[in-house]
Amino acid sequence: MYTPNESDRDPYRNVWVVAEHRDGAIQGVTFELLGAARRLADVRCGEVWCALLGDEVAGLAPDCFQRGADVVLAVERPDLAKFVDDLHAEALAALIEKYRPEIVLSGATARGRALIPRVAVKTCSGLTADCTGLQIDPDTGVLLQTRPAFGGNILATIQSVRHRPQMATVRPRVMGEPQPEPGRTGRLIVEPLAPPNAASPMRVLEEVTARRNTVALTNADFIIAGGRGVRGPRGFDLLHRFASLVGGAVAATRAAVDAGWVDYAFQIGQTGQTVQPQVYMACGVSGQIQHLVGMQSSDLIIAVNRDRNAPIMQLADYAVVGDLFEVLPAMVAALRRL
Amino acid sequence: MRIVVCVKQVPASSQVTIDPETKRLKREGVAAEMNPFDLYALEEALLLREKLGGRVMALSMGPKQAEATLRECLSMGADEAVLLTDRAFAGSDTWATSYALARAVEALGDTDLVLCGKQAIDGDTAQVGPGLAAHLGWPQVTYVSDVRQTEATHLVVERMNEEGFDVVEVRLPAVLTVVKDINTPRVPTLRACRAARRATVTTLTAQQVNADPANLGLGGSPTRVVKVGPPPARRRKTLVLDGPSESSAERLVHELRMHSIV
Repeated sequence: MYTPNESDRDPYRNVWVVAEHRDGAIQGVTFELLGAARRLADVRCGEVWCALLGDEVAGLAPDCFQRGADVVLAVERPDLAKFVDDLHAEALAALIEKYRPEIVLSGATARGRALIPRVAVKTCSGLTADCTGLQIDPDTGVLLQTRPAFGGNILATIQSVRHRPQMATVRPRVMGEPQPEPGRTGRLIVEPLAPPNAASPMRVLEEVTARRNTVALTNADFIIAGGRGVRGPRGFDLLHRFASLVGGAVAATRAAVDAGWVDYAFQIGQTGQTVQPQVYMACGVSGQIQHLVGMQSSDLIIAVNRDRNAPIMQLADYAVVGDLFEVLPAMVAALRRL
Repeated sequence: MRIVVCVKQVPASSQVTIDPETKRLKREGVAAEMNPFDLYALEEALLLREKLGGRVMALSMGPKQAEATLRECLSMGADEAVLLTDRAFAGSDTWATSYALARAVEALGDTDLVLCGKQAIDGDTAQVGPGLAAHLGWPQVTYVSDVRQTEATHLVVERMNEEGFDVVEVRLPAVLTVVKDINTPRVPTLRACRAARRATVTTLTAQQVNADPANLGLGGSPTRVVKVGPPPARRRKTLVLDGPSESSAERLVHELRMHSIV
């Protein structure tokens, strides 16, 4: 029942990126991965391919070429317009079996983390989740995949020696996004892939955009997080005012979510999301280990807290001892003066 | 409705150690707890049983001491507890683990729904739920935050993503992975805890679930952990600003400008 793919590694070539797109636009994580794929493929003298699944998606190919793709492999089918896990997985597995990539990369997003494990089982491939580092052996093509585990307390390096392709989901915002090269072009393959005979057992009835932030947490450069010290929904209004001024997104600790001040979708930490923005500004957050594991890899950490001994103050690059209800308005005023 | 809930025993957060030989997390002799996300999966199963009738089976793959986690499931109200345990499983990655669990779900028979937590907090991969669905050939819905509608043949659920959520209709049998938002897990009574201590936990081996040994353990796992170590330490020093709020604010804004952030 499983495709044996360890007998001969030779036919497996090139580095693939599974594109993620939304509302007719390629997502940033896909560009980041095209940059990473370009570096890996150059070491192996291979090509970068971008797998693009959806309805009428071939028009997005130029964006992929400009970010480093040599080939865009598109499947255009109405039933792939919305994310239906089994249909997308079957289509991607069929492409992999036909074209045999050496490496397949996808964003470690809600979609990527649902889709890729399903494909890896079908193609009998090794898969590493949520990578933050990728290196390749130039001779064997073995991918050394680095990933944090146990909430970032350990870093593991994982490889898949015998099985091809090697698959990895990669955390957004870790790999730098390449600048577009205007005029760079490539080869577009529109793969005629017939839909399965039987209807899918699932249907996406509705796609709802429900968020107060104008930028998703995983894409935000600047995250301003509130904890118990924010004292209520009105305190979070202040955080939102600040966020809109700096183009950031608001997040919260478990305490603030459990108190009902903020939706769970914005919870950072062990039972919420893991983020890695350029700036993480924690306001009224004490810094329990369960929270820290979700944000400790941020580039710059600012903490505003009345308690100079709070754990977050030890981790922070800038630890402001003070009342967030005074510091934030003062920052807003200072920013307005710029 | 017959529901299988997959639960995992994980090392308590403060006690991470690594086996130098297998490079996997050391589980023996370490304080352990139930993966927090699995509590929500179990609670959802119990709520569905209250609504529709049926049975809730807790299933765990792990060493003998994972029995403690299964007893916790029984104390919360699971009808049965099954421990999938075998030396052949040692060193399994997510591919091999989801394969073994799929064989166990098949061996248990007549399952309508499998519920899992969205991920385990030790590995953080979120791969076993979808992998299990793929091995079973069932549909999957991940990051489920609400079950809106329950019918004998299908469910309507909400699944979270970065932008909001999707409303999804899924035919049974299916695998769902759930997030914390879905419910509030119950606290077992003392009496239930005592009863759970004496209850039977069924043990199943690889052979009893017809799992092919070639697909199990280190040998059946496509991936290998080759190195484990601490993450690079943050080497920057903390700058404490404890003057008046206005001067701290000015300084922060200045620093943000220096970093070209504003």
